[in-house]
Amino acid sequence: MWSFFHKLGSPPWLFGIAGSILRWLLPITLVALAVGLVWGLLFTHPDFRQGNSYRIIYIHVPAAVVALAGYYVMAIAGAVSLIWKMKMADVAMKACAPIGAALTFIALVTGSIWGKPTWGTWWVWDARITSMLILLFLYLGVVALYEAYDNKEAASKACAVLSLVGTVNIPIIYKSVDWWYSLHQPASIKFTGESTIDASMLYPLLLMIVAFYGLFTCCMLLNMRAELVEREARTNWVRKLAGAGARR
Amino acid sequence: MILQAWLARLDQNLYFRSVDSLMDMDGHGAFVWSAYLIAGLVLVAIVVVPVRRKRKFLDRLAGELKRREGGPKAMKEGD
Amino acid sequence: MSRQRRAPGTGSFCLTLLRRQLILAARRPIEIGNPLLFFAMVVALFPLGLGPAPDKLADFAPGILWIIALLSSLLTSDTVFRSDFEDGSLEQLLLAPQPLYMSVLAYIAAHWLITGLLLALVSPLFALMIKLPEQAIGVLVGGLLLGTAVLSLVGGIGAALTVGLKRGGMLISLLILPFYMPVLIFGSAAVQNAIAGYPAAPYLAILGAMLCLAIALAPLAIAAGLRISVDA
Repeated sequence: MWSFFHKLGSPPWLFGIAGSILRWLLPITLVALAVGLVWGLLFTHPDFRQGNSYRIIYIHVPAAVVALAGYYVMAIAGAVSLIWKMKMADVAMKACAPIGAALTFIALVTGSIWGKPTWGTWWVWDARITSMLILLFLYLGVVALYEAYDNKEAASKACAVLSLVGTVNIPIIYKSVDWWYSLHQPASIKFTGESTIDASMLYPLLLMIVAFYGLFTCCMLLNMRAELVEREARTNWVRKLAGAGARR
Repeated sequence: MILQAWLARLDQNLYFRSVDSLMDMDGHGAFVWSAYLIAGLVLVAIVVVPVRRKRKFLDRLAGELKRREGGPKAMKEGD
Repeated sequence: MSRQRRAPGTGSFCLTLLRRQLILAARRPIEIGNPLLFFAMVVALFPLGLGPAPDKLADFAPGILWIIALLSSLLTSDTVFRSDFEDGSLEQLLLAPQPLYMSVLAYIAAHWLITGLLLALVSPLFALMIKLPEQAIGVLVGGLLLGTAVLSLVGGIGAALTVGLKRGGMLISLLILPFYMPVLIFGSAAVQNAIAGYPAAPYLAILGAMLCLAIALAPLAIAAGLRISVDA
């Protein structure tokens, strides 16, 4: 048990294990993405109200789900690095922020494009959209704070504090935005009701959500590998790695 | 045999019967495809950027090490 | 006389800190006046931008007043720890035997007394200028009293995290504006309800709950942020 934790604290071990996870996880993820896309785009029937535009759901919902989960991954990694002073945890934390921001961005843009044919407008100040926009701001705040520090160790500690503050605040922000929307809900547009989704449409969606989780993990590991190499540039294992790369 | 039956069933379930209808999607094609295009670009970017970042860094490091080769071995032994 | 040599207790230490911050502020009255002046000027911008029609202004008044209060609190929160960080007295504070949690609260309380409290007290004047219905003014002041305290606490987190940075000013707004949103939502909703003649007490109660949560948790984050900034 403890030896596992010690290994987890060792950069070359982490670099290696991230590489070997990527070797099988990345292909599986790509296959799942491809199958999910083809399934969703070609083999499902159009929604009887929204027609074919609902097919955007297969990227919109997975991106939104994983973007939200990613913030918690980031905050947990931040908490681990603050409490147990584990340096590798803040590498993981730092790796989450840009991916989460990208996924939130995807969710917002695809949602906006989906909104045009469905609601007839690119943007609605709806509770969920507003919450996603705030989530994007939270992610970008973490990225901006990290970039502002010259000392990267202090940067990741500061980001860990900020992401923990965000974790406490996200439920409050969500609840208040929800509540704000219910207060101001315009009578003409009603789309908050949960619509039931047919099983034939649901399975590809679940597959895509799983694939997006896989993709998040892959990107996180890739980011961690890049970060580890930069942080450990002065050590032997990175130099060996660089030498091996140059000889090829 | 099984494969053939499976393919036949798959073909039966295929919703779009032609590439044109797939592109058009009953008028919603522009929205669907642009959403997928943007998402695809962003996803490719978040995979490619860290890979390139690592490779570039290692290449630069390798170049630095090569330049210093032959000189005094002032390289700090890491842990 | 030996009693004075002993380290002061937490309570008296915090009161001393609070007094010190207030005296420092009182020596530069222009810095106290700046947020109020900012408030007045931005209030003057809205009729210019929206047109002087009283009913239109009255519609937007709750939101306008709250957003301006939020911005002026934001603009001043950058300075809470900065001068003490630069002259090194913050480092002494971290080394002091008294719990950092309490001393941080003293800093924030001073900030709130100088900005939030004054803003809340002068807000009726500006509320009348942009035609906020009179029955809502009491709720506005009450909401601002509670809300600006939350804003000071949350702003303190941003200030603590960015105090060591050369260019903290813009960054702090990016970091903490998202956390201001619940306060804005409930603060302006309280005023809107008061205008419409509904009870505003539930909204003020929620603001009070937010304040309790912020008092409990924000000093922890501020203390952690200060330690990081001083170590860096």
